[in-house]
Amino acid sequence: MKKIFLTIFLIIVNLQVNAQDDLLDLLDSETPKTENIVSATFKGTRIVNGHSIENRKKKELEFIIAHRFGAINTGFEELFGLDISNIRFSFEYGLTDNLTAGLSRASVEKTYEGFLKYSLVKQKTGANSFPFAISLFGSIAAKSQKAIPGFERSFAESLFYTAQVLIAKKLNSSVSFQLTPTYIHRNLTAIDADPHDIFAIGIGTRVKLSKRVSLNAEYFPQFDKLKSIDARNSLAFGIDIETGGHVFQIILANSRRMLEKAFITETTGNFFGGDIHLGFNLSRTF
Amino acid sequence: MKIIYTLLFCFLFVSITNSQERFLTKNGAITFFSAAAMEDIKADNNQVLSIIDASSGKMAISILMKSFMFEKALMQEHFNENYVESDKFPKATFKGDIVNFESIKDTDTKVTVKGTMTIHGISKEIIIDATMNRTDKQITAIGEFYLAVADFNIEIPAVVSDNIAKKIKVNFEFNHKPYKK
Repeated sequence: MKKIFLTIFLIIVNLQVNAQDDLLDLLDSETPKTENIVSATFKGTRIVNGHSIENRKKKELEFIIAHRFGAINTGFEELFGLDISNIRFSFEYGLTDNLTAGLSRASVEKTYEGFLKYSLVKQKTGANSFPFAISLFGSIAAKSQKAIPGFERSFAESLFYTAQVLIAKKLNSSVSFQLTPTYIHRNLTAIDADPHDIFAIGIGTRVKLSKRVSLNAEYFPQFDKLKSIDARNSLAFGIDIETGGHVFQIILANSRRMLEKAFITETTGNFFGGDIHLGFNLSRTF
Repeated sequence: MKIIYTLLFCFLFVSITNSQERFLTKNGAITFFSAAAMEDIKADNNQVLSIIDASSGKMAISILMKSFMFEKALMQEHFNENYVESDKFPKATFKGDIVNFESIKDTDTKVTVKGTMTIHGISKEIIIDATMNRTDKQITAIGEFYLAVADFNIEIPAVVSDNIAKKIKVNFEFNHKPYKK
């Protein structure tokens, strides 16, 4: 009996194989199951102020010029903040597809910064699927501004360290999220009451408005704050406009600063009190 | 019992002979060129699936858009994200008939392939000139044709219109081997 059933089964299978007339269906069944790496979770290497999981690919050089102006609520005399401007230049180079090295200079406190960003895991669908992407970020920033007499510091005391784990998920072709647990260490604090170590967690999102325009938002609540200033959590909104090799980001933020140690821990602006700084990031990839 | 085995054998045999009339490749090569004022863009895909049914002269091609490799990673990202929308339309397909299939010999023979090309969710009737060669062991197909980007609802924004050609040159080279299930 078993053999008869087996035979009938084989006949049916056979008939189905023969009935598969559509060649495209046949090609579908022959298509190897490949893994599919989710790309473009974010358009730029920054969500707004903070880093996104995105890296530059091998041998790609990205040059970013970023400006942040004064607060909009300074009124007409300051042309709504446009008279005052912070600037940052950054060169970022893909050493490999997964490792980017960056060097930058910010005008605030004449700070130099070097960073490494490594893409540890990528979000994948298909075979070997994985639900989110993880990148690691580490930076050292050195303040080079001359010390006020009486407040001299050594080089080591001018250093700031940032370590971040970037965890992102692209939900669909238009919505992405990122969580960014952050640790910032300063070797020298302004007053003894200030913590040397500050933990914060970044929450970022991108929503695509069209193929080339997206709305981004980013918030960095801190678990511990500097006491020497009226420190607030960083809140920023941005619009990414992509034009070929450029990504142009227009930004509204409560911080005028652009380095991790600065905008995450040294923000004093009250966004909803009108301390909104207009800014932009202009990126060119070579 | 013997009858059953005989039956079984017959069906297996029938299916083998049927499938032998089909020729398949899983690593067909497609290259496309965009020659524009600002820059030339080239992409290769060496994982194209193509099948020919030798009993009917029908041909089908399946192309995974994400398998196109560009010189610059940014071009590849733009291709997938902005132009062909690979998440929404992962494959381009072609289905058609080799018009004078019976005339193909074991030397290079000019043929015409007529069928429907589907890219970016849009289907269009096209006619492709190809050079084919057939033996018992393989069927090769080589050719070149042009596709108009606008035919497939792929928009090129004004700011990059000097970077991308209106018509894209497509080259293909397939080496089909007898297909066994």
